[in-house]
Amino acid sequence: MNTTRKIALSMLMTVITTVSVIRAQEVDRIGIPELEKILAASDDRLYVINFWATWCAPCVKELPHFEKISKEYKSDKVKFVLISLDFPSQVDKQLIPFLKKNKITLPVSVMTDLDYNEWIEKVDTSWQGNIPATLIFNKAAGRRLFIPDEVDEADLRKAIEEQL
Amino acid sequence: MFLIVSGLMMTLVAGAQSQYKAGDVAADFRLKNVNGETVSLSEFGDAKGFVVTFWCNSCPVVKKYDQRLQDIHAEFASKGYPVIAINPNDKSVAPGDSYEEMQKVAKSKKYQFEYLYDETQETARAYGATNTPHVYLLSKNDGKFIVEYVGAIDNNADDASAADKKYLADAINSLLKGESPAVKGTKAVGCTIKWKKS
Repeated sequence: MNTTRKIALSMLMTVITTVSVIRAQEVDRIGIPELEKILAASDDRLYVINFWATWCAPCVKELPHFEKISKEYKSDKVKFVLISLDFPSQVDKQLIPFLKKNKITLPVSVMTDLDYNEWIEKVDTSWQGNIPATLIFNKAAGRRLFIPDEVDEADLRKAIEEQL
Repeated sequence: MFLIVSGLMMTLVAGAQSQYKAGDVAADFRLKNVNGETVSLSEFGDAKGFVVTFWCNSCPVVKKYDQRLQDIHAEFASKGYPVIAINPNDKSVAPGDSYEEMQKVAKSKKYQFEYLYDETQETARAYGATNTPHVYLLSKNDGKFIVEYVGAIDNNADDASAADKKYLADAINSLLKGESPAVKGTKAVGCTIKWKKS
């Protein structure tokens, strides 16, 4: 009886661990230090950082462009990161199902620090916090473009090409 | 094509530069409320100022703040600082933000504050509003409307009880004490205003 319980418990633990590993792979919960780390990336790659949320209709509309264009470049040349501003309480019931349903393959981080005023200007001093917004930069090459607006596929491709 | 793009860039740059900040004089407006009446700031004879808030029906962040904005009005309108909510969204881009939908929302939520329709988007452009919600706290001084604070209502959109910096309420309380707000501007995530597609 005792052994059976132990086995059952260890199986349960395995299931829990597996589930949490899968979740961790799907979205990376970040705060200001992790955001700053992403923004400070200085390896010689072009970073394309898109700020979005599942509740933002124009963001959802432009997301496929990022997915599509990301496949045209090698990740050692252009690195795409999606930073979701979905509320932390919505990650499991809204964000993760959305990513699965729409087969989003790009890495997704979710910003859990809701004290927006503490970090919005770290992304760009001109940003008013409206989404979608996209930051394209290569620190090593001294290139930087901030687009606080929706982009269509042609605009996004052109913006990336110009910063490469 | 190049000219069109340049023109658009100029508009964006001009828009960014013309955003009101604390100390600026805000323009009055004449906009239609949900009862079909025209409302302007100069008509509020006995107000000390206004909580002009760019607002809409459909934005999830607005919905999160809905009760909080109503509470601000309930607390401060009688003290001289009524809320004036303004929806600038273009209905062809955001059908849920049409005038008719505003009327329904104002009725179902029993809005006690004015809810105005900025159909031409001129007011949102004049103020340099970019998102909903986007607050401009104004004080009345010699018939002029002075911008005292621009930005967010507080520092936690998701959970009112977790907000520990009540930017807007603090700013109004400062004005009520005859002081200038300590924090004059904040930035917050919100829904981009749905501009008309030209």
